[in-house]
Amino acid sequence: MIDFFKRKVPDYPDFWWEYENSFNEKLSDDLSVVRFVVLDTETTGFDYLNDRILCIGALSLVDKNIALNQSLELFLKQEHYNAETAKIHGILKNGGASCISEIEALEKLLRYLKNAVIVAHHAIFDITMINRALERNGLPKLRNKVLDTSNLYKKTLLTSNVFKKKEHYSLDELAEKFDISKKDRHTAIGDAYITAIAFLKIKSRLKGKGQLRLKDVLKMG
Amino acid sequence: MKNTISHRVADFLKNFPPFNVLDQKDLETLSEEITIIYKEKDNIIFAENDEPHPYFYVVNKGAVALKKGTDKSIMDMCDEGDIFGLRPLMAQENYKMTAKAHEESILYAIPINIFKPYAQKNTAVGNFLIESFASNTRNPYSKSHRGKLYDEVLDINPVGPNSQILDLQSVQYSRKLVTCTANTSVKTIARKMTEKNVGAMLVVKDKLPIGIITDKDLRNNIVTGKYPITTKASAIMVSPVITYHKNLTITQAQMAMMKSNISHLCITKDGTPNSKAIGILSKHDVMVALGNNPAVLIKAIKRCKKIKSIKQIRKSITHLLQDYLDQNIPIKLTTKIISELNDACVKQIIKISLEEMPSKPPVNFAWLALGSQGRSEQLLQTDQDNALVFENVPEEKLIKTTAYFLELSKLINKGLFDIGYEYCPAEMMASNPNWCLSLDEWKKTISQWIINPGTDEVLLSSIFFDYNITYGDVNLVNELSEHIFEATKKYPIFYLHLASGALQNPSPTGFFRQLLVEEDGEHKDSFDVKRRALMPLTDAARVLILSHSVKSINSTAERFEKLAELEPNNEEIFMACSYATRALLKFRTKQGLLHNDSGRYIAIDKLTKEEKIKLKRTFKTIKEIQELVSIRFKVSNLLR
Repeated sequence: MIDFFKRKVPDYPDFWWEYENSFNEKLSDDLSVVRFVVLDTETTGFDYLNDRILCIGALSLVDKNIALNQSLELFLKQEHYNAETAKIHGILKNGGASCISEIEALEKLLRYLKNAVIVAHHAIFDITMINRALERNGLPKLRNKVLDTSNLYKKTLLTSNVFKKKEHYSLDELAEKFDISKKDRHTAIGDAYITAIAFLKIKSRLKGKGQLRLKDVLKMG
Repeated sequence: MKNTISHRVADFLKNFPPFNVLDQKDLETLSEEITIIYKEKDNIIFAENDEPHPYFYVVNKGAVALKKGTDKSIMDMCDEGDIFGLRPLMAQENYKMTAKAHEESILYAIPINIFKPYAQKNTAVGNFLIESFASNTRNPYSKSHRGKLYDEVLDINPVGPNSQILDLQSVQYSRKLVTCTANTSVKTIARKMTEKNVGAMLVVKDKLPIGIITDKDLRNNIVTGKYPITTKASAIMVSPVITYHKNLTITQAQMAMMKSNISHLCITKDGTPNSKAIGILSKHDVMVALGNNPAVLIKAIKRCKKIKSIKQIRKSITHLLQDYLDQNIPIKLTTKIISELNDACVKQIIKISLEEMPSKPPVNFAWLALGSQGRSEQLLQTDQDNALVFENVPEEKLIKTTAYFLELSKLINKGLFDIGYEYCPAEMMASNPNWCLSLDEWKKTISQWIINPGTDEVLLSSIFFDYNITYGDVNLVNELSEHIFEATKKYPIFYLHLASGALQNPSPTGFFRQLLVEEDGEHKDSFDVKRRALMPLTDAARVLILSHSVKSINSTAERFEKLAELEPNNEEIFMACSYATRALLKFRTKQGLLHNDSGRYIAIDKLTKEEKIKLKRTFKTIKEIQELVSIRFKVSNLLR
């Protein structure tokens, strides 16, 4: 690269560089060795600008196995607080579980994520929320590949004029379709678990030509 | 790491032995180390002679089959809460059986090094393990822990009648005792027996059995006029009661009944008449345990109060089907019996769902089975296709009524899903608002299909027109059928479209008379017996029978027989079609049972020479009937 374009190396914390470096390793195309991180965030609302992340729940998924001792559940200290949404997820401001600051949470998240493929339901929302948080703390955006279970699910449905696919399928609809208990709905990790099981079931129904590979799934989701 | 999910895992485990005896705290610590594993159907968890994994497994959802030996016979079936793969870890030997996911399953893998200290520390856990290994059953406590299930009936053992382990299996008896005292009047007794739907009443004193009154005793003593209806129980009861210990095996129970020539055994705590009565074992229970009699199965289905119990019976139905096919019982009879049983399951689910609804249905309705189920040709469980029609209501009530029936349909669809009918991927189910309509709305929809027959409309009609009433008001269905005949008479062009639809499925053989196999996708190189062989016949039968305005014959084979009767000059070809349909259906069912799937795709290279010839023989018939349809409805000139 010519010097002109090369900006001086930004002053990012060590954990960012560690995260960044994990991407030097290329992802395998074999689905059975790829590490997926299924995550969900609970937020104070749906406004990308003003609302904040309350909680992040994530499960790590390798070869259809979810090891519970490798899951992540982070509760964030809040400045901004929205009483309306608290009714849904029941996380009160700084209440209950031990809360950490936004930057601490981001550090833990990035150390956990590494170069895994992120899976989330309506992923765009969770990713944007996390990216905004990163931005507020002077960090670049997430670099992980992302799969959206809402899109993937649509790929399992028949394409026929006889019935119309919906634009969006909610996590509740997926849970019902795949007979997954909704007991822990609206806790970040509970939703992440539902998403993970739905993702596994969807993956088994997505049969491409021959062996399904990572790049096929990435194309669909 | 402690989290919500590990709590949930602990919540699940604490219902099942040996985890039920662990402290909450220990159980939570254990749960945090668990790995949740998802297995697709037919995935192997471990194979015979594999080195032991560092985990043992608990089934959270689904079912796992344990198989052994070269013939891969199923030794045991584990479902929710059952443990497997533990013994090799304790004994430090290789796996003695192969574990394979029988359905899509979610398993909890529990690390042995974390579990072992608990087993050593906690004697109750240790005892459970010793007992379960020694008694050679997976779970010696299972009966008492699932006690609730027996409130209505009996679990059914999914064992075929040829199973050699009958001698060892302890029998499942009804635990909900229906009892009276010696002073109860026979009228009260008879009323109670009817209400509880039982065939015998135990007479007890201080919880000890002193006598028994069966249907037969009532007939012999009361109905004959020998005793008045006000008689006390003590006068007609049979005494002393024959009692047994609860660990009675199926064979022992059969022998005991034959020996004393009785139909009911009383189970007491220590097996003598001097201890508390804990259950009754009827001849019916024994027969259900043997699981080889359709009449018994029907009765068992009708007694089910929970969808879970129906699922158990479904397993027996599959065994029955396998036996029928093995014994080469005519497929005509087999389909009839199995369809009846499937039908009974669906009916019972509808009944259960109706009871779960907050109120009674506002108007009459009918539940329609569509597709293969409607044609009574469904031997294996496939997708569910169904619809609901309800009586016309005034316009202002329509929204509310529709909402009620949609809610009901949702329950029924879920129930069907729970016993193994997958959701229809095209949403052709009554819980879809397009398939849950009032009679007038249906008439309108059907008229639209018939008047503007595009590709979709023809497809929809071909699925819908094979409807068969499963439950509800038959008048609604008759009216619907009349409407279809009238509409098709008015618009005969519809036949043409239906006929051309029937010819769209490609002929099964290629130019060189070789079998055409799928060229790509998941089933590459296998033969699609449904699309290429069965559907052309089904479609042809439908359009022909519709053109004769014959209603209420739905099965394809029977439709062809009827056609042979209506058109004696074509008798030969129609009978050939009827035969071919049955042969193909049998073929598909056998393949399905073999591979535990829908049997739709057949790997040609796995077939024997004889099977290939049989298969090819039906194709000639398919070709002939396609020609007949094409000529009769003049399809060739117009659309092809």
